[in-house]
Amino acid sequence: MSAETMVKTGTMVKVDLKTLISVTADTIAAHADELTALDQAIGDGDHGLNMKRGFEAVRAEAEGFAAKPLPEALKAIGTKLVMTVGGASGPLFGTLFMALGKEISAEPDRANLAMAFGKAIEAVAARGKSQVGQKTMLDVLQPVHEALLQGKTAAEIADVVDRAADATVPMKALRGRASFLGDRSIGHMDAGGRSVALLVRAVVESIEGHA
Amino acid sequence: MSNVGIVIVSHSPLVAEGTADMVRQMVGDEVPLAWCGGNGHGGLGTNVEAIIGAIDKAWSEAGVAILVDLGGAETNSEMAVEMIGEPRAHKIIVCNAPIVEGAVMAATEASGGASLREVVATAHELSPS
Repeated sequence: MSAETMVKTGTMVKVDLKTLISVTADTIAAHADELTALDQAIGDGDHGLNMKRGFEAVRAEAEGFAAKPLPEALKAIGTKLVMTVGGASGPLFGTLFMALGKEISAEPDRANLAMAFGKAIEAVAARGKSQVGQKTMLDVLQPVHEALLQGKTAAEIADVVDRAADATVPMKALRGRASFLGDRSIGHMDAGGRSVALLVRAVVESIEGHA
Repeated sequence: MSNVGIVIVSHSPLVAEGTADMVRQMVGDEVPLAWCGGNGHGGLGTNVEAIIGAIDKAWSEAGVAILVDLGGAETNSEMAVEMIGEPRAHKIIVCNAPIVEGAVMAATEASGGASLREVVATAHELSPS
């Protein structure tokens, strides 16, 4: 996840992977009940618990991940998430990290990060057979990618993800369990999108705090 | 066994086991068969580790056809195939077919020594295109 170490425009901001694992696991744990409540409204109600289990499993092996080069670390974290999150979120969030690890360089610059993030989003879209506009995590990931390409600051990106998660509320779900509800999915925030927003915000705030 | 193997992946262990039971009773023991279901924590769902285990159990050099129920079962099965990787991955296909009918029809085809492609095509015929 130190992939996101480059979000601050211009200079390289070094944040160690252990810190990023810790702040992301913290935010998921702190919001697990909220994520579950969102998922109960239009899904099967296990998203918070599943994400928490996965990110705690990553936290438990933070030392080992942090010892690897960035690409290998991200791939290993993705695999761990696939195996521990479960549900449909496991492969989707796992694929995000695995694909990011596949594309990113060991010491990424902003351009490499933006490219790798774009490829990772494509991999998630392929895994979920989904696209932007269907009320999924892609609707929060895509604005992050655009913000990275536009050279937005960490604070701006934190703002972008919150607005993107809010923007899933009026959408009608076209993929996943929520799509079974049709129009009744309108008016609820997508739980996966909210998770992405929490993760990205935690990462960029951590980086800003260290800058 | 050189017949194509069948793997059944449902959100419910009861559905998966029941489907496997139908395959055994209606088709017999000529086909490698494995099932998995449930999220691994006592609830409904599917998980990649269990799917990889089922593929290993039903493995055949002729290949393995996977029958799934709802969306997450398909996503997790595709993830499992990717994680198994080559040289085996190209011999594992997730079928687009109703789980019970697909499993029985695919197993019937497989029991006669049909190729993976033929087994999968038989299952796919059950889906409205």
